[in-house]
Amino acid sequence: MATLEIRNVSKTYGSGLPDTLKDIQLSINDGEFLILVGPSGCGKSTLMNCIAGLEQITGGAILIDEQDVSGMSPKDRDIAMVFQSYALYPTMSVRENIEFGLKIRKMPQAAIDEEVARVAKLLQIEHLLARKPAQLSGGQQQRVAMGRALARRPKIYLFDEPLSNLDAKLRVEMRTEMKLMHQRLKTTTVYVTHDQIEAMTLGDKVAVMKDGIIQQFGTPQQIYNDPANQFVASFIGSPPMNFIPVRLAKQDGRLLALLDSGQARCELPLGVASDELDGREIILGIRPEQIALGTGEGNGLPGIRAEVQVTEPTGPDLLVFVTLNQTKVCCRLAPDVACRVGDSLNLQFDPARVLLFDAGSGERLDLNTANASVKDNVTRFKGR
Amino acid sequence: MHSPADKPALSISRLAIHAVLLIAVLLYLVPLVVMLLTSFKTPEDISSGNLLSWPTVISGIGWVKAWGTVNGYFWNSIMITVPAVLISTAIGALNGYVLSMWRFRGSQLFFGLLLFGCFLPFQTVLLPASFTLGKLGLASTTSGLVLVHVVYGLAFTTLFFRNFYVSIPDALVKAARLDGAGFFTIFRRIILPMSTPIIMVCLIWQFTQIWNDFLFGVVFSSGDSQPITVALNNLVNTSTGAKEYNVDMAAAMIAGLPTLLVYVVAGKYFVRGLTAGAVKG
Amino acid sequence: MTTATARLRASPLDAVQRWLPKLVLAPSMFIVLVGFYGYILWTFVLSFTTSTFLPTYKWAGLAQYARLFDNDRWWVASKNLLVFGGLFIAISLAIGVLLAVLLDQRIRREGVIRTIYLYPMALSMIVTGTAWKWLLNPGMGLDKLLRDWGWEGFRLDWLIDPDRVVYCLVIAAVWQASGFIMAMFLAGLRGVDQSIIRAAQMDGASLPRIYWTVVLPSLRPVFFSSLMILSHIAIKSFDLVAAMTAGGPGYSSDLPAMFMYSFTFSRGQMGMGSASAILMLGAILAILVPYLYSELRSKRHA
Repeated sequence: MATLEIRNVSKTYGSGLPDTLKDIQLSINDGEFLILVGPSGCGKSTLMNCIAGLEQITGGAILIDEQDVSGMSPKDRDIAMVFQSYALYPTMSVRENIEFGLKIRKMPQAAIDEEVARVAKLLQIEHLLARKPAQLSGGQQQRVAMGRALARRPKIYLFDEPLSNLDAKLRVEMRTEMKLMHQRLKTTTVYVTHDQIEAMTLGDKVAVMKDGIIQQFGTPQQIYNDPANQFVASFIGSPPMNFIPVRLAKQDGRLLALLDSGQARCELPLGVASDELDGREIILGIRPEQIALGTGEGNGLPGIRAEVQVTEPTGPDLLVFVTLNQTKVCCRLAPDVACRVGDSLNLQFDPARVLLFDAGSGERLDLNTANASVKDNVTRFKGR
Repeated sequence: MHSPADKPALSISRLAIHAVLLIAVLLYLVPLVVMLLTSFKTPEDISSGNLLSWPTVISGIGWVKAWGTVNGYFWNSIMITVPAVLISTAIGALNGYVLSMWRFRGSQLFFGLLLFGCFLPFQTVLLPASFTLGKLGLASTTSGLVLVHVVYGLAFTTLFFRNFYVSIPDALVKAARLDGAGFFTIFRRIILPMSTPIIMVCLIWQFTQIWNDFLFGVVFSSGDSQPITVALNNLVNTSTGAKEYNVDMAAAMIAGLPTLLVYVVAGKYFVRGLTAGAVKG
Repeated sequence: MTTATARLRASPLDAVQRWLPKLVLAPSMFIVLVGFYGYILWTFVLSFTTSTFLPTYKWAGLAQYARLFDNDRWWVASKNLLVFGGLFIAISLAIGVLLAVLLDQRIRREGVIRTIYLYPMALSMIVTGTAWKWLLNPGMGLDKLLRDWGWEGFRLDWLIDPDRVVYCLVIAAVWQASGFIMAMFLAGLRGVDQSIIRAAQMDGASLPRIYWTVVLPSLRPVFFSSLMILSHIAIKSFDLVAAMTAGGPGYSSDLPAMFMYSFTFSRGQMGMGSASAILMLGAILAILVPYLYSELRSKRHA
């Protein structure tokens, strides 16, 4: 097992073309599970290929266990990878697939047989060892691909969207299995996905990427509760965070956000005022699950009445859509709430959970109050 | 063309379709039938009968005489074709492997040049090639012909393999590189075992092309080193004495049977070769 | 910053691995550059010399080309190429498309029929030429057969008729190549989207009309591929002429490929022969370049 550090790494595919990766800076400790998540084209697969050595970086360095491996070929970096398409060798049996890398490293046959047995038992593929990949189901192929990686006992494991080709139900099962396996084996892992649920559930550390830049790097909770910008906030969480354009006003030394539902108005107190924010138009972010149904008793939380436009019962929740400041806002309520389209609901917001973003750049605005997030644990990156 | 529910009804139009197809079948078969019939006739039968008349006595004399004349050249053709097919296929496979999986700057350009080369009229290279063969001491030898066929078959064989290998996902090569395999190991242990279909196509295509070739044969060989196509032409077109059509036809059959047999046995690979070469686009 | 970390050297074997693909391709690159393009250049150069039996490098300007244009046989050969090529391509396409369309109608034993249509492609043009030379033999071939079957006074002496001998070449070549066209179009037809045809049927169109107005136009790429390949075969036709007519009677069935061979290797006119080869190359380029250009352009727009 090993530590991985990615230091100021950049990659271009040719002079004149824009950088695919721009000044990437990440590091994880021994045994940690790092997730690279982002939309298609964000550079996460390129970064993974660079870590593996399948592509060359044009700037910076990659260090494994404090050693610069940037110039080394893939086979010398002691890395194993599981591909989205599994990439099993079609003319070889499952056993031969797993053995392939070990045979090339000239391991003695007895040791190879032991490894194959160990891995087959771990992944429950013992009964498949003689079959060819074409005879396996998707889930079985995925396990064999993992087995091939595990048998090598490398320093680092790379997973390139390994669950994307599985159907939804199998994906959920495999996700849990992966987590279990990581807990047992404590392997240093880098995992690429575009699925934000996998990012949240599997990772020790998450790096959200867009356009070749790391937007934010932190633990899943940090990314969820304390997003660095609007992109990260919108990417993580389903249904996604609501973004409401509001105008700030200063009153009695406090900063207020003005909300208008068409039926009623509400002023949301946001803590200490600062003069520069007075009168400014910003984006207010609040997650659907952070909007509550107002109870009769005054619990001090600001509320607003709004008309229900659409309801979506999902089973475990009831999603209710209202309009605030001419923007569609989603509220996640308990499934037994009785309401129909056209009803008026009392909605409450907790100002402590509300996030503010700059309307132009999408950057998180910091209010310098006790309620504002603490910056220490979170690494942020300004967009270039 | 039709949904499975349609059942083609027995109608005038279907009868007409079948009639046309049948006539076409006969037209395509007639030359072969005539060749066979004529080869088994005696010269008397030939002059007294017509193309499709059955021989009064089935005589193998045409075949015996034909074989006597061309058998040396038949073996020449084998000695030329077999090595040339194997060598050009092997080189084509390696080239195709490099061009599809180990691309580097200039490899695409090379592929373009190669592709263009498939369209060459060979007339443009005959003279210089014969000078070169002379200088190498290979003029009028079967080895010289093997060399020529390898050189000018490269374009097609590389094309076949490259187009086939391009459809193999490169995640496979990446996985192998991470496993520690090098250039030749990947080829030998992973790519080659997957190549059986295209190897068949290439072997059969090259065999047909090289065995049937006449141009290179007539330009680059003479006397004892000639392939059977040249020998056949010489036999048929030299007019000394009375023409023995039975011998001519038997010799033509001898020249044509190997590729015909290959076609009958492994026709589907032949067709794939034709369409692969044609649809390269 | 990097002083604390050790930079691991790439092993020397890595360098070999990086060069291996290039090394493997190198011999073929050499062969192509020399044997294809180098030799073409050489022939090109020779066409500007006074070479006869042996190559000499005395500059002759365009004299050889001028001699070609003055040469009646070259004109005959070129004209024959146009006639032969035109008829060959048109008839092969027509027959090939017709057979493909008919075979597409879910015929029993389609596989056997296809095999029969295609087998001539497996034969050498020499064998084809020899067979058809016998079939078209004036007096003993087809005409005798038809006379014996009752058609009195039928004569077929095209093979020795200088004005008609080219048609004999066409017949043999069409017999050989039309099966291939059929195979290409059949494969193309099989790839046609069924729903378009069903939509046309619902609109009330009859099957022949559907083929003519909807299906065949969608097979334009196949047309062009076929055209390219047939043109290529036509321009290169040498074996067929050698076997069937040897250019005769006289040189009335000569084709450029035969001309080139004859003048270069039998008549000791290397300069003229080279010039004729270059002109043949020009003919192929004249067809190939616009085709490639239009292909590339459509790819860019697509």
